[in-house]
Amino acid sequence: MKLLSRYSGLALARRALTDSRWQRAWRSPDPKPSYDVIIVGGGGHGLATAYYLASRHGIRNVAVLERGYLGSGNVGRNTTLVRSNYLMPGNTQFFEHSLQLWEGLSHELNFNVMLSQRGQIVLAHGPGQLDVLARKGNTMRLNGIDAELMEREDVMRFLPFLDHSEHCRFPIYGGLFQQRAGTVRHDAVAWGYARAADRLGVDIIENCEVTGFLRDGDRVTGVETSRGTIHAGRTAISVAGHSSHVAAMLGMRLPIESHILQAFVTEPIKPFLDCVVSFGAELFYISQSDKGGMVFGGHIDGFNTYTQRGQFPRAQTVAECAVALIPAMSRLRLLRHWGGIQDMTPDGSPFIGRTPFRDLYINAGWCYQGFKATPATGWCLAHTIAHDAEHPLIRHLALDRHMAGNGHDEYGLGLWTYRQ
Amino acid sequence: MLRIPCPHCGERDYTEFRYAGDATKRRPVHGTEDVRAWYEHVFLFTNPKGPHREYWQHVQGCRQWLVLERDTATNTVGRSWLARTGAPS
Repeated sequence: MKLLSRYSGLALARRALTDSRWQRAWRSPDPKPSYDVIIVGGGGHGLATAYYLASRHGIRNVAVLERGYLGSGNVGRNTTLVRSNYLMPGNTQFFEHSLQLWEGLSHELNFNVMLSQRGQIVLAHGPGQLDVLARKGNTMRLNGIDAELMEREDVMRFLPFLDHSEHCRFPIYGGLFQQRAGTVRHDAVAWGYARAADRLGVDIIENCEVTGFLRDGDRVTGVETSRGTIHAGRTAISVAGHSSHVAAMLGMRLPIESHILQAFVTEPIKPFLDCVVSFGAELFYISQSDKGGMVFGGHIDGFNTYTQRGQFPRAQTVAECAVALIPAMSRLRLLRHWGGIQDMTPDGSPFIGRTPFRDLYINAGWCYQGFKATPATGWCLAHTIAHDAEHPLIRHLALDRHMAGNGHDEYGLGLWTYRQ
Repeated sequence: MLRIPCPHCGERDYTEFRYAGDATKRRPVHGTEDVRAWYEHVFLFTNPKGPHREYWQHVQGCRQWLVLERDTATNTVGRSWLARTGAPS
């Protein structure tokens, strides 16, 4: 029976030949009075944390509390890119661990997350920028990660429809290509982790908003929710975008501002762009979805807000980037666009680990790079909760690192670059 | 489009302004040696979901700094006043 409740060719054939129904992918339980671990936030990160707690650490008496429905937050609002081309020690290894987990995720979860390793190229628009990319590529290769430096002629052969004219505002000098980078179907990540965690006994409780925390001195012992009081041995906050809002319930202030990032999809066209391209002259990245829509995004709007609705001037800038990079894009119509709220941090790096409160852990501050980190964040946060000690891969991401002057600045541009 | 009332120039698109963050923060007294006081001033934010007082500079207009009341949950804009006057007028 257990074998048949897994997704497989056999299960598909059985249901094609009989009228037996597919089970719900996860249960819809009422909250129990107490759990060993409560994860606040049912996004990709929270669900992955619950899954790895149950599957790797044997902690199955776990609840994931989600204010809305699964997939309603940033896990369903990103541009679905995964890659591990990071320069800073700590980041390189963390994001490569994440990419390796992506590579095995469909088998691990028995759910097709549709990983497509179509490759990603980051473009350079000047010799200095190409030097920086060469250094990044060397760092990646020294860490066993695939990276290939492309000269101008290589990029012209590879992506002939980019604007390769020598007199455009930002001529293309070359780029750095990672073949193992690509895209993942983001909804399937939420559903796959939820289903796999549920099968291991994790309670996934939707429409359950946390309104406060239970405390015993400096210990956090549970949460108040819209569905009643729930006690917990340990509690983790993983609520991208609303981290400050939830932390304020404990009187904590974080080094975070909430900003909106927009994403865009055009009408579907025939296969055109078979990899992910990142513009080097502005923050702009584009890929083509399996349905044919061109999926792209740019920079945050620039002032803190919790409204998941973007401002028009940013849409205009992003469209200008698209046309500057791929002139043929000017013929496409925008089908839809949307916004997601990001935690922005001074150095562009997240915070994962313990907090000033005992038995309370936090995962926050992902800026706009959280989706690709989903498996590794879950992996490392589950370890941190289970052992009450940070996983080695996230020791550089401590919540109080700025107090010690240990900012972790991936781009080497100094702090607060997102404000400029 | 977010529209910001400038005390000098009237209501304008937000793209004429530069955003400069929380206007309720107070810089520690010059010479303060407590590192935590500086850390809290520089790095920690209330970042409320709701009413917010914030600095904007009208860089493409009168170039004055102003304080704006805005609700971060809805982007509803309230009063504004010149930052140097220190209070709503």
